[in-house]
Amino acid sequence: MSVRSLPSRKEEAWRYSDVEATARLWPVAARFHQVGPGETLVHEIVLDADNDAIEDHEVAIGAGGRADFRVLVAGSGFGRVFVKARLAEAAHFELAGAIVGGGRQIGEIITRVGHEAPGGTSRQIVRAVLAGRATGNYLGKVAVARDAQRSDGSQSVKAMLVESGATANLKPELEIYADDVKCAHGASIGALDADALFYLASRGIGAAEAKALLLRGFVAEAFAGIADEAARERIGALGDAAVARIL
Amino acid sequence: MLRIDNLHATVAGKAILKGLSLPMNAGEVHAIMGPNGAGKSTLGYVLGGRPGYEVTAGSVTFEGRDLLAMAADERSAAGLFLGFQYPVEIPGVSNVQFLRTALNAQRRARGEAELSAGDFLRLAKTQGEALGVSMDMLKREVNVGFSGGEKKRGEMVQMGIIAPRLAVLDETDSGLDIDALRVVADGINRIMRAPDKAVLLITHYQRLLDLVVPDFVHVLADGRIVRSGGPELALELEREGYGAIAA
Repeated sequence: MSVRSLPSRKEEAWRYSDVEATARLWPVAARFHQVGPGETLVHEIVLDADNDAIEDHEVAIGAGGRADFRVLVAGSGFGRVFVKARLAEAAHFELAGAIVGGGRQIGEIITRVGHEAPGGTSRQIVRAVLAGRATGNYLGKVAVARDAQRSDGSQSVKAMLVESGATANLKPELEIYADDVKCAHGASIGALDADALFYLASRGIGAAEAKALLLRGFVAEAFAGIADEAARERIGALGDAAVARIL
Repeated sequence: MLRIDNLHATVAGKAILKGLSLPMNAGEVHAIMGPNGAGKSTLGYVLGGRPGYEVTAGSVTFEGRDLLAMAADERSAAGLFLGFQYPVEIPGVSNVQFLRTALNAQRRARGEAELSAGDFLRLAKTQGEALGVSMDMLKREVNVGFSGGEKKRGEMVQMGIIAPRLAVLDETDSGLDIDALRVVADGINRIMRAPDKAVLLITHYQRLLDLVVPDFVHVLADGRIVRSGGPELALELEREGYGAIAA
């Protein structure tokens, strides 16, 4: 386990971070996960307590293996989850992540996904709901090595700014050295849809409840791909509670 | 039931409704027909309370109450249902969740007890089955990935569950094939043809009126009703076109 020196905002992965909180938490030990060939790892990280927290993970996924990370960053202070994934042949990495922040919270999900061998797939979906003067960051890089042909990596990242003082920094990034790859990525930042709000109002749903319903639905998109219904509902309920706290 | 008097309305500063008057009694079905740009959809949105549709003169009384003084959700709780020409997609929110929230918000607004989850699901199943909408479809996200016909059938399921006193249906027939049109028309007749209910059908075409036979037909042109008559007026319009009638 390596412990590195205190990062600064000059580094891209810390550019929008809370360096003061980081200094208080430093050093942070990285946690290493090894997923054997054909095996599956499911790891859930929920930061929704009152304390600042940084989680640093590295996962090496063996041939044909799979790692599912489910992440909710919704603490009342600074919360950062970093995941570095390395994919062997035909391995799969999945990230379902949500950031929910209000007040002056800073929440961030930072990923580095390395497709190091042919046929690997990765799918990252992140949704952020930000109120008050909160900041939500997603900085994600998918790197495809020269001989990692037929890699398929996707990143879908969206943020909803509930109030005008909130900030989202979304940066899906690709670094591709192989020529036969599929890498879709998209990021968007928006506000609540006036048409949707009116549609809900026209069915009798009051303004506050309509807003909460839309925001919960938006966060739920991040977790919609979790096949295990109990796990999906559990983290979904934590997301709902986080949305309720910031409204 | 509904009395519209000398209604004037603007959208983005442009006058669209210019003195529209219409009395409707319980037990009646009225159809409003007219060329594009006559103000048909504006009338629907003004009655539904959509933000951005400004009433500059006139009044609308719904069951003795000033409709224009109520917010959109209050109008719904008071018994008004607006059927949308283009039903809105609500990602991350299921039909069941949406409709239960809507129905219970209305019941609370009327001082009635909320419906339990079990009772609601039974009601949703019954109303869905009557329109060929399965429980599986009701568990899907609101209108997301639905075809035009499925969206309109979904609207009718909503109407069946909400059980309004007055339905204002804005081009509910648009985008429907003949079979879907019949299903939707049967829904309107079953849900709304009653002595204590009324329907305002906004439509371009005669074909819906063959299946939901109106008691009165009105021609809207340039923001006013220029002619009223019985169902035969719709046939005359179909034969001779709006130009001849509205002139």
